[in-house]
Amino acid sequence: MSAKKSEVWVTGIGLVSSLGEGPDTHWAQLTAGKTPAPSVDTQDQAPYPVHPIVDFEIAAQIPKRSDQRQMGQWQHLGTYAAGLALDDAGIGHNPGLLAATNMIVAAGGGERDIEADNSIMEVVSKSDNPGEQLNTCLNNELRPTLFLAQLSNLMAGNISIVHGVTDSSRTFMGEEMAGVAAVETAVAQIQNGQGDIFLVGGAYIAERVDMAMLMEFGHTLWQGDHESVWTREDRGGGMIMGSAGAFLILESREHAEARGIKPYARINKVVSDRCNRQAGAARKVAERLLEQVSDQIPEGPLPVLSGCCGVQPQLSEEHEFLNALSDSGINPAIRAVTTVLGNTLEAQFPANVILASLAISRGAFFDPFDNSGVEQEYAGHPERILISSWGHWRGESLALIDTPDVPLRGKD
Amino acid sequence: MSQSVKDHMGRPIIVVTGIGVVTSLGEGKEDNWRNLISGKSGVRKITRFPTDELRTQIAGTIPWEGAGRYCAPVHSLTLARKSATEAIAQSNIGSSGSFPGPLFVAVSPAETNWDQRMEIYSGAAAGNATGYDRLMKNVVAGDFADYYSLYQFASIAEHLADDFGTRGLPISLTTACASGATSVQLGVEAIRRGDTDAALCIGTDGEICEEMVVRFNLLSALSTQNDDPQGASKPFSKSRDGFVMAEGSATLVLESYDAAKARGANILGVVRGTGERADTFHRTRSKPDGSAIIDTINRSLADAGMAPDEIDYINAHGTSTPENDKMEYLALSEVLGSALDGTPISSNKSMIGHTLSAAGTIEAAISLLTIHAGVIPPTINCHEQDPNILMDVVPNVKKEQAVNAVMSNSFGFGGQNVCLIFSAEPE
Repeated sequence: MSAKKSEVWVTGIGLVSSLGEGPDTHWAQLTAGKTPAPSVDTQDQAPYPVHPIVDFEIAAQIPKRSDQRQMGQWQHLGTYAAGLALDDAGIGHNPGLLAATNMIVAAGGGERDIEADNSIMEVVSKSDNPGEQLNTCLNNELRPTLFLAQLSNLMAGNISIVHGVTDSSRTFMGEEMAGVAAVETAVAQIQNGQGDIFLVGGAYIAERVDMAMLMEFGHTLWQGDHESVWTREDRGGGMIMGSAGAFLILESREHAEARGIKPYARINKVVSDRCNRQAGAARKVAERLLEQVSDQIPEGPLPVLSGCCGVQPQLSEEHEFLNALSDSGINPAIRAVTTVLGNTLEAQFPANVILASLAISRGAFFDPFDNSGVEQEYAGHPERILISSWGHWRGESLALIDTPDVPLRGKD
Repeated sequence: MSQSVKDHMGRPIIVVTGIGVVTSLGEGKEDNWRNLISGKSGVRKITRFPTDELRTQIAGTIPWEGAGRYCAPVHSLTLARKSATEAIAQSNIGSSGSFPGPLFVAVSPAETNWDQRMEIYSGAAAGNATGYDRLMKNVVAGDFADYYSLYQFASIAEHLADDFGTRGLPISLTTACASGATSVQLGVEAIRRGDTDAALCIGTDGEICEEMVVRFNLLSALSTQNDDPQGASKPFSKSRDGFVMAEGSATLVLESYDAAKARGANILGVVRGTGERADTFHRTRSKPDGSAIIDTINRSLADAGMAPDEIDYINAHGTSTPENDKMEYLALSEVLGSALDGTPISSNKSMIGHTLSAAGTIEAAISLLTIHAGVIPPTINCHEQDPNILMDVVPNVKKEQAVNAVMSNSFGFGGQNVCLIFSAEPE
């Protein structure tokens, strides 16, 4: 086909979650030599536990009050995390680079006004003329700012306005797989010369009853106290949602070298597919995807970050798939990131790429995230990390993050 | 082995081999085309829900055909199925239920509709609970598997992937009112990369409901000329007062020229180039100097390897809002300069209304039909053109003229700007 493909480097990361903000905070909590303590709120969305977002100083990345007022918490978080990634990569406040930065945001929607919805439901349900009453209520209760704060592509819009990212701007939707598709597309574009720098990522706020309703349509949420994903497996399964904003700067090797920035890691491959989720179908998809990356994975221990969300039966299918890696001589050291961060939906895959890149650049892997026995110790120096990410409803993917043959960030 | 044909930058040439359209003007491209060149409007009084108390009471709706209550994702899915079925049949690509390429779907970020929310609210399982507490109790006690598979943001694309057997993970996307054009961009880029020989690009929007009307009214974006629905969408007119919401879907089957030729496909046109530039000025307005739009148009010309005077017709974004039409004229006059004088520009939205997430795909489809027919659809309702917009907007009556190359503009909230250029099949 075309000329030699460019390597794709991770040259910037922005991560805010229930555990805190920034790479050092996450690294410290997940490599402390003991099982990490997740941050869980069992009251806010009771009976559903959630991993709440930490406080973050909005003005540090969104200085203008006029901008802040145009967004809800979801857009604040995404715009904030995107700013961290841009700054980390040395792109923020650099007009030349910003004008050449492409953006793919994995987006859900912004917060509904729950108080307004509650009030409208109450009034309309008691009305003899519910249709007209609804119109009256909507006219009275909705605010113009709220519409823009809810619009999915306005996270990207705000990133353009606040940070000045102005090359292409695309917003992908579709829960966990939107995050996968965003990274996969950016990687393909960079590899084939369709852009040198991409800002890619997403955000999710878990403390939202409107989103809990969407998930409970499928009876997918875990109730009660927090349990690790693997502990939930033989207790019927269920998701615990988590808040996070996760953005990456992906850059062609040539471009990064020319401006003298070191990478955290290299994205070797992202592969994805889908099925209708009949019994066993998702595992078959994952096995086909594995064939597309297996030539890059030698036998022996392999660190694996899993996004298994906890919903059955796909939780057990993904677990069986990961266990079966041993049939190929691969000894997986699995870490279910969802145990410590929750399912951060659109942000989940970008967050897992960030954590994998950190582990590559710092030359170590995370402690087991629980004591179920599923997650084996890994004391080595990871050369490559496999990410397994399946959607709670649809979509399966694998990614391989590895080590480029140059000095890495965080080692100097 | 036939010789591989490349574009001016050594990339695969992208052609269109299938088109499907459904709008308020009709189902299928023949009905749509006949009504477009006759200058008919598909805008009408909204009857789907009561409109008392609403400032805007008109839209280009497509009748709900489902059983029971209107449900936005089902409606959008139905429209997309229609346009995709038409496009794939025309293209005669793949086999039934097996499209040999990826799927890119522009969809609106639809939330649970009020009809469905109130239906859940009315359930008895929640006892005396109120608000979301009541909703949640009823949801937990009931069977809402259908809603689970309909109200995910991946839902429409996933169901389409099941129906048409597209390859890989489907991509659901939104770039507001540029979404449809973005779906075409993504297909073009995938084929240019050599990832695939074909792509299915769909835009669909069937989301006219109470809350959407109120939301757009709050931004003062909609026409309120309720007394004359068919006259309300009047792009480039002096008295334009906002856009008219509408529903519709279009599908393009994109292929590499080599692959289309190899299977003997009928080529309907070429996607010559695409351009994009995000704006940083404001959430709902363009930079006053039009620079982001200007850049978008310039980049599409550069991508196509074409000069401004090679564009024979411009399919305008032309929403009929005071802001858009003014800024679109400013940008076009800047880029095209004197070439603008002899170049007709018309807005399909004057007849169809603004189909939001689907508009870019629908207008791409109509751009290709325009090339094929050598007839330019008019901008209707143009009885007094804005004196500050000095261009040939093809007022009210179609224009017969050979068209080799068309530029199609799409601009959206959030600083989204996309421009596509199409031309006839190369000799």
